[in-house]
Amino acid sequence: MIGKAELKAIADTVLSAAQADQTEVLVEGQDLALTRFAANTIHQNVSETNVGVRVRSVVGKKIGVASSNDVSKASLKQLVRKAETIASFQQENPEFVSLPDPLPIQEVDAYSESTATCSAETRANGVGSILELSRSKGLVASGAFSTGTEETMVANSLGVSAYHCGTMATAMTVIMSDDSSGYAADAVQDVNALNPAEIGRIAADKALRSKNPTSIEPGDYTVILEEDAVATMMFFLGYLGFSALAVQEGRSFMSGHIGEKVTGDNITIWDDGFDPRGVVLPFDFEGVPKQKVMLIEDGITRNAVYDSATAAREPGKSSTGHGLPAPNTMGPIPINLLMKPGKSTKEEMIASTKRGIWVTRFHYVNPVHPVKTILTGMTRDGTFLIENGEVTRPLKNLRFTQSILEAFANVELLSRKLKMVKMGFGNFASCAPAVKINEFAFTGTTEF
Amino acid sequence: MREHTERALNVAQSNGATYVDIRIVRRENQNITVKNGIVQTLSLDDDFGFGVRVIANGAWGFASSNRLTEEEIDRIAAQAVTIAKASALTKAADIHIGPPEVHVDTYKTPMEIDPFEVSLEDKIDVLMAADKEARAVKGLAIAQGTMGFLRETKTFASSEGSFIEQTLVESGLGITTRAVAEGEMQQRSYPNSFGRHQGTAGYEFIKKWDLPGNARQAAEEVVALLSASQCPSKTTTLILDGPQLALQVHESCGHPIELDRVYGTEAAFAGTSFLTPDKFGTFRYGSDVVNIVADAVTPAGLGTYGYDDEGVPGQTTNIIKNGMFVGYLTSRETASQLRRTHPDAPERSNGTMRSDGWNRVPIIRMNNVSLMPGEPTLEELIADTNDGIYMLTNKSWSIDDKRLNFQFGTELAYEIKNGKLGQMFKNATYTGITPQFWGGCDAVCNADHWNVWGTPNCGKGQPMQSAHTGHGTAPARFREVQVGVMG
Repeated sequence: MIGKAELKAIADTVLSAAQADQTEVLVEGQDLALTRFAANTIHQNVSETNVGVRVRSVVGKKIGVASSNDVSKASLKQLVRKAETIASFQQENPEFVSLPDPLPIQEVDAYSESTATCSAETRANGVGSILELSRSKGLVASGAFSTGTEETMVANSLGVSAYHCGTMATAMTVIMSDDSSGYAADAVQDVNALNPAEIGRIAADKALRSKNPTSIEPGDYTVILEEDAVATMMFFLGYLGFSALAVQEGRSFMSGHIGEKVTGDNITIWDDGFDPRGVVLPFDFEGVPKQKVMLIEDGITRNAVYDSATAAREPGKSSTGHGLPAPNTMGPIPINLLMKPGKSTKEEMIASTKRGIWVTRFHYVNPVHPVKTILTGMTRDGTFLIENGEVTRPLKNLRFTQSILEAFANVELLSRKLKMVKMGFGNFASCAPAVKINEFAFTGTTEF
Repeated sequence: MREHTERALNVAQSNGATYVDIRIVRRENQNITVKNGIVQTLSLDDDFGFGVRVIANGAWGFASSNRLTEEEIDRIAAQAVTIAKASALTKAADIHIGPPEVHVDTYKTPMEIDPFEVSLEDKIDVLMAADKEARAVKGLAIAQGTMGFLRETKTFASSEGSFIEQTLVESGLGITTRAVAEGEMQQRSYPNSFGRHQGTAGYEFIKKWDLPGNARQAAEEVVALLSASQCPSKTTTLILDGPQLALQVHESCGHPIELDRVYGTEAAFAGTSFLTPDKFGTFRYGSDVVNIVADAVTPAGLGTYGYDDEGVPGQTTNIIKNGMFVGYLTSRETASQLRRTHPDAPERSNGTMRSDGWNRVPIIRMNNVSLMPGEPTLEELIADTNDGIYMLTNKSWSIDDKRLNFQFGTELAYEIKNGKLGQMFKNATYTGITPQFWGGCDAVCNADHWNVWGTPNCGKGQPMQSAHTGHGTAPARFREVQVGVMG
C-alpha cells in the first residue's frame, strides 16, 4: 500500500507543474497478489506492485491525455508537458464544457489490514483446503485466490481532491470430474471472512451432482438462474443500455423510452457506489461523487447514468458520478448494480417448477442485438433438469439466445438474498438475486 | 540492462531458485480516435516495469514491480522465491521445463516508416478525411475512426544464459460506422471490426489500408442494412469472408490447441479443450482442404515476434494437416508434459508463451494461427454455389468452454442464388459444432484473397491478460450450416 499522503503528493506535483487552462490527474496504486491453481496444484502464483498516473490537460477546448507509471518528480513534470503538448496538437472539441467542479465526497472505510497484508502462504493454505477436498473425492480443482489493495486519487485544478482505498479478497473454483463440473465463488473486503473450504464444498457437491449428464432438446424452458447468471445479464444491461451516451446515440433500449414499461413489475435495478453489499467506490474517475441512480423501477425505465461529457449535452443534467478514466469513448457505465430482492428461496423456486432448467452460471456471453438486449452464451458448471418440483438429472450444457428485457418481463420469483458477484475485471460488481424465469430460449446444445 | 538482469538472477538463485528469468518491459502506446468530426482521444501511454519468474522447491513463483531500482530488484526477486515456496506447499510433482534454451540475440520488427516519427497532425488528417467520407452518406449516425500504435521494448534474461532484446512495433487502424432506427442499430466496419485491424508493421500499414478511400462504402452499407431483410433461419451453404473466418479460426482452432488449456490450467476461467492428448495425431478435425499452421514469422502478422517470453525462438508449426489434428501450441513446461505420454511429440516448446506486459506471467497465446489458402477465387466460389449465404465481418461471438458449440453474428450478409449474390441480410448469425463445421468445409479461396487479420483483444488468464494475435485467412465455404438464430 502506498498511502494517501504519497498519492496526494504525486497529484500535487502534477497540478503544480501544470500550465494548461484545466488539468486533471488520476493516480491509481495497486498491490495485488493472486494464487492460481489447476489440476489440483498451484500452477501460477503472482504479485504486482504498481502506480499509474494519468494526466488530462485542457487548453481552451483542446484536450490531451498522457499516462505513465514512473512517479519520480522529473518524470511527472515531463508527463504534464507531454499531455499539454498533445493538447496543443489537438483540434477543439466543441462539446467540451469543463472538468468537474469539486463536490463534497463522503469517505468510506473499505480497507482491511488482514487482506492488505495477506501472505502467499496464507493463500496457499486456503487453496490447500480446496485441493484436499477435491483430491479426497477423486475430483480435479482449479481456480484462483486473490488478495489486494487498490488506491484511487483524483484531483483537478478546479479543486477536486478525492482519495479512496479499498481491499478485496476473492476465491473461486471450478471442480471437475470426468464428465461434470461445479462452481462456487465469493468476494469480500476482509480475507478473514472468506471460507475457501466452504467454496470448495459447494463446487465439489455440484460437480458430483452433475455427473453423467444427458442432453435435452433446445427450446423455451422455465429456468432458475443462480446469482452469477443474473449478474451477467445485469452487467450487459448496464453496458448496452444504462449509459447516457448509448441513450443519446439511439443505441440503447431506453432511447426515447424513458418512463416506459420494459420488464415485469417485480424488476427494480439501481446503481449505488456506497452500498456496502457491493464494491464500495465513493467517486468516479473524474472525482465526482457517486449518486444512487434508479435505472428501472417496478419495470419502468427511469434514468441513465452520466459522466461530465454526457451531462453537458443535456440542459439541467449533471454527472451522476459514473465517468471512466480519460480518454473515454465508451461513455459512462454503472459498475455497482443492484437488483431488488424478492421473497423466495432457491428451494421454493425448484419446488414450484413443473418442468424447468436450473442454471449455475453462463459462459462467454456476448450481445447479438444490442438494442433488443439479445444475448447469446452457454451454460456451464452445473445445469440440471427440474421435473415436478425436484431436480431429476444433470444436463449437458445448453446455448441460450435470449433478450434480457424479455426475460426480465417473465420473472416469476426472485430470491430474498442477494449475492455480490465480482466481474473478472476492474471494479465491476453486481448484487444479484437468483430468479425463476418463464420461457427462456435455449437455441443449441453441446457435447458435454 | 545487464546489471539489472544479473542482479535479479543472482538474488533469486541465492534465495533458493533453481530456475529464474526476468523480463524488463516498456510499452509506449499512442491512440487517436475521431468520432463524428471530433478528436475524442489523443493519448500517449507509457508503461514500464519488470517481472521475475522462478522455480523454487519445484514450483512456480512470480513477482513484479514498476520501480527498477537495486533495492526493488532485490525485494521482488526474493518475493518471487517466497511465493514459489508457498506454491510448493500444495504441489503434486516438481515442475519440469525440458532442455535448456540458451539464446543471445536481438530482434526488431521490420518496418519501412516508424509510426512514432509520423506527426500527430498527419494521423489526425487521415482520420478526419475518413470521417468526412463516411458522414457524407445520408442517414449515418456515427462514424468513429481509430489509429493505434504500440512500441514494446523488452529484455529477457534467464539463469540458463539467455539474454534477448526485442523491439516490437504495431500499427493499427479502423473505422466503425453506425446507423440507428427505432429498435434497431446496425454497424459496418473497415477493414475489420473490434475497432481496428492491426499488424506488426510501421506506418506503411496505415497507408496500405487507405481508410479515407474505403470509409464511404462502409457507411453506405450500414445505412442500407437498416432496411435490409432479416437473415432467414435455415440450414444452408455458408461462405465466410476473411475477417469473419479469422475469428472462426481463432475461437474454434486457436484456443483449443493451446496446450495449457488442454491440461486444465485455464479450466476455471477460459475453459478447457476438446482436443485432448488422446486425439493428438489421430483426430480428424476437418475436411481434406483444411490446413492450419501456427507461426510467429509471417511478415506484418500481429502474432509475429522474434522470441516468446520464455526466450524460445518464434517458429512455424503444423496444426491441422489435410484435416488431421497434428500440433499444439506449447510452452516449455507443457511440451515436456506432452512428451511424457507422447514420445514422438517435439522435445522443445514451439515458442508461444507471451505475457501482457511486465506485470503478468507468460501463458500460451496464439501467434499467427492461419488457414492456408486453396485454389478458387471468391468469384468462382460464389458462382459455384447454387443456394447459400455470404457473411462478412464479425459482430458477435460466443463459444463453449471446450470450444465445440459456437455462435457468431456478422455485420453484413448476402443471399447467394444460382451462383450470384442477391439481397442483403441484416442481423446474420450462424452456429455449429467445431469438428462438424470444419468437416463441412469444401473450399478455401486462393492466396490472392489471403490476408493476416489482426485480433488485438484476446482475453485469457487470471489476472486477465489481453493478447494480440494474427490469423491468415481467405474466404471459405461450409456446407449444411444452421443460420439465422435469434432466440
